[in-house]
Amino acid sequence: MAGFEPQIIAFCCNWCTYAAADLAGTSRMQYPANVRIVRVMCSGMVNPLYVLKAFEGGVDGVLIAGCHLTDCHYIDGPTKCDAMVDKLREMLHVLGLEDERLRREMVAASEGVLFARVIKEMVEQLKKIGPSPFKARTEALA
Amino acid sequence: MEEIRTGVYICHCGLNIAGVVDVEEVAKYAGQLPGVVVSREYRYMCSDPGQDLIKDDIKELGVNRVVVASCSPRMHEPTFRKAVEDGGLNPYLYEHANIREHCSWVHDDKELATNKAKDLVRAAVRRVCRHEPLVVREAPFTPSVLVIGGGIAGMQAALDIANGHQKVYLVERDPSIGGHMAQLDRTFPTLDCSECILTPKMSDVGHHPFIELHTYSEVEEVSGSIGSFKVKIRKKARYVDESKCVGCGDCEEKCPWKVPSEYEMGLAKRGVIYIPFAQAIPNVATIDGEHCVYLQKGKCRACEKACEAGAIDFEQKDEIIEVEVGAIIVATGYDQFDPAVISQYGYRRFDNVLTGLEFERLTCAAGPTEGKILLKDGREPESVALVHCVGSRDQNYHEYCSRVCCMYALKYAHLAKELTKADVYQFYIDMRCFGEGYEEFYNRLSEEGVNFIRGKVAKITDDAVTDEEKGKLVVVSEDTLLGKLIRVPVDMVILCSALQPRADAENVGKILNINRRADGFFLERHVKLDPVATPTDGIFIAGCCEAPRDIPDTVAQAEATAAKALSLISRGTVTLEAAISTVDESICHGCGRCEEVCPFSAPSIVSKNGVMVSEINEALCKGCGACAVICPTGAVTIKHFTQDEILAQVDALTEAR
Repeated sequence: MAGFEPQIIAFCCNWCTYAAADLAGTSRMQYPANVRIVRVMCSGMVNPLYVLKAFEGGVDGVLIAGCHLTDCHYIDGPTKCDAMVDKLREMLHVLGLEDERLRREMVAASEGVLFARVIKEMVEQLKKIGPSPFKARTEALA
Repeated sequence: MEEIRTGVYICHCGLNIAGVVDVEEVAKYAGQLPGVVVSREYRYMCSDPGQDLIKDDIKELGVNRVVVASCSPRMHEPTFRKAVEDGGLNPYLYEHANIREHCSWVHDDKELATNKAKDLVRAAVRRVCRHEPLVVREAPFTPSVLVIGGGIAGMQAALDIANGHQKVYLVERDPSIGGHMAQLDRTFPTLDCSECILTPKMSDVGHHPFIELHTYSEVEEVSGSIGSFKVKIRKKARYVDESKCVGCGDCEEKCPWKVPSEYEMGLAKRGVIYIPFAQAIPNVATIDGEHCVYLQKGKCRACEKACEAGAIDFEQKDEIIEVEVGAIIVATGYDQFDPAVISQYGYRRFDNVLTGLEFERLTCAAGPTEGKILLKDGREPESVALVHCVGSRDQNYHEYCSRVCCMYALKYAHLAKELTKADVYQFYIDMRCFGEGYEEFYNRLSEEGVNFIRGKVAKITDDAVTDEEKGKLVVVSEDTLLGKLIRVPVDMVILCSALQPRADAENVGKILNINRRADGFFLERHVKLDPVATPTDGIFIAGCCEAPRDIPDTVAQAEATAAKALSLISRGTVTLEAAISTVDESICHGCGRCEEVCPFSAPSIVSKNGVMVSEINEALCKGCGACAVICPTGAVTIKHFTQDEILAQVDALTEAR
């Protein structure tokens, strides 16, 4: 799998993780260019459909990241997100996708270092497990 | 259906973006995307000529959707929405692509960064087609401010607002306002008496017609948002009727029970019924319920007998006061780092190892020793050591610099020399004397014959190895300028302890919904350009709750928060979130899941023409989107973050370029 570059979509909450990614930028921290961020207002806003759509499109990994449990701008969004992710994992299991392809993180606005680290780790891990099984299918259909 | 005519604008941001991303290629690429009628790149899109490009294209080319790819939308989305609006379009027909913070600044590979920028632009173009015009609503702004914390920061903010004839509720946890500044003896570098400059302000706060002061009170709950925060304040029972107490102090004199005084840093005792210090505002007694023998065991009431005014009221209960304010200023201050944690410094083990605040009380004329610097056995010290950076600039405790310690250490050195003629040794890592008159003060102290030793103190011990060290405290340190280990015997050691976040800062953050940095202090909205605002609209931070700072900086910051609050009040209205929830009644089943999941009680199930459907209270909805995720029929949508929009964006991101 030499040369495989995993494709990642990250759903980031506006108040914490999106800001953390901004901070990683202002601090000029380097991390792999494999990630594309979709800004959502709250991690609790992420509909499982968005994640399934991303996998259907052939991405290799999805990150859902937002505030820590107690920092939520909307009181309890992260708790709702956790519950959604639990259900989503079952669905991904049925679909035959590895658990590592979906990552759930809490990254506060001040944690630019953590954001960069999460992306680095995810890219390394996805490189190990290889391309999404859906990728081949999507390409075959194209 | 209207024809989509999108304009795309790629910003160079000087070389910040263009240095890594091939902006011309991205603009060319965007130009051939469906719906795009014009695609341009420009050096600084946020500048006036940059914004004019957008406005002109709207007018001349009939552009009806706009995408700008530049810095973070948290920085300039409002700028470009305004430009779009000025051009004659609804400001929500705009989408932002972040190709600086999320692209050119984090990737140095030009090809990869350019590809990523193309993807982000393509996704934004796809999404902007689905945007709909939204109406921006305004709500009235409640012209009053809550200030939490009655130290110098809170008092200054309260006075500035009240002097503008706007209502302030000032809430202080302790029985008196004044904060740490009331405990200080003299202030550096001018050596003017702290209380002399503070107490007139305290008095002004206590008597101001526009300030409602609640001491011995804590903010318990905050709900609502900018313009109308609803606040619950717990006024703790002080078992004294404030309206009757004349502050004579007879009760404290007669109180048979004594406990260490917090104000005197435990160096003196106070009664269980007490007035914390002579200049306290309000000048009324408070019974410390935890230590009161009558309240705990049912016997005593000595204070009641002593009080001629009949102010003692053992039946008093905590009271909850509810107020509504438009803005909140947080000025909750700091805690002093407890140096006992660093066991090798011997704090609490050795009598004559003190913290900075303890030394302040010793030099204060109104303090426990009436301003004499004395050892525990009553002698004057012949030598004093000052240990800098205790708990700060230290990977084991706090990484940050506490900013004020170098200067207060110099002040102590001066006072020790002036009041005792002792030999003074300063153990420092670096001298940081950054403010007005600070470097000059440092030079003056060098001339006064203070010994400066550059090195971090390893330990403080009473284990003498020479006759000279017997009966002394020995400061063991490296002298990095001489490059050797030294032992300095002294009579007294002052630990210049760090300023650290309040022990309950996490809880305060939760109540107010404001975040903290990794160091535990409250996080500002932007470290350079919005230093007193928090990410939560309408909540501002001043003084040491945000970071360690000295009195001038604290006062300046407090004044800045007051200006922010006054500017909101003078505007009179607040713009409400437009991207909120909406219900398609034709498919809503009225199941009530949205009602259950909403933390703000915005949806409610109502009967419309005999059918149960969800109705959203727009004033309460914050647009978090929880209801849209839970809705089993897809009837609930968050405007501007609709399923259709996000799916389109995801779809675009997964496509090949």
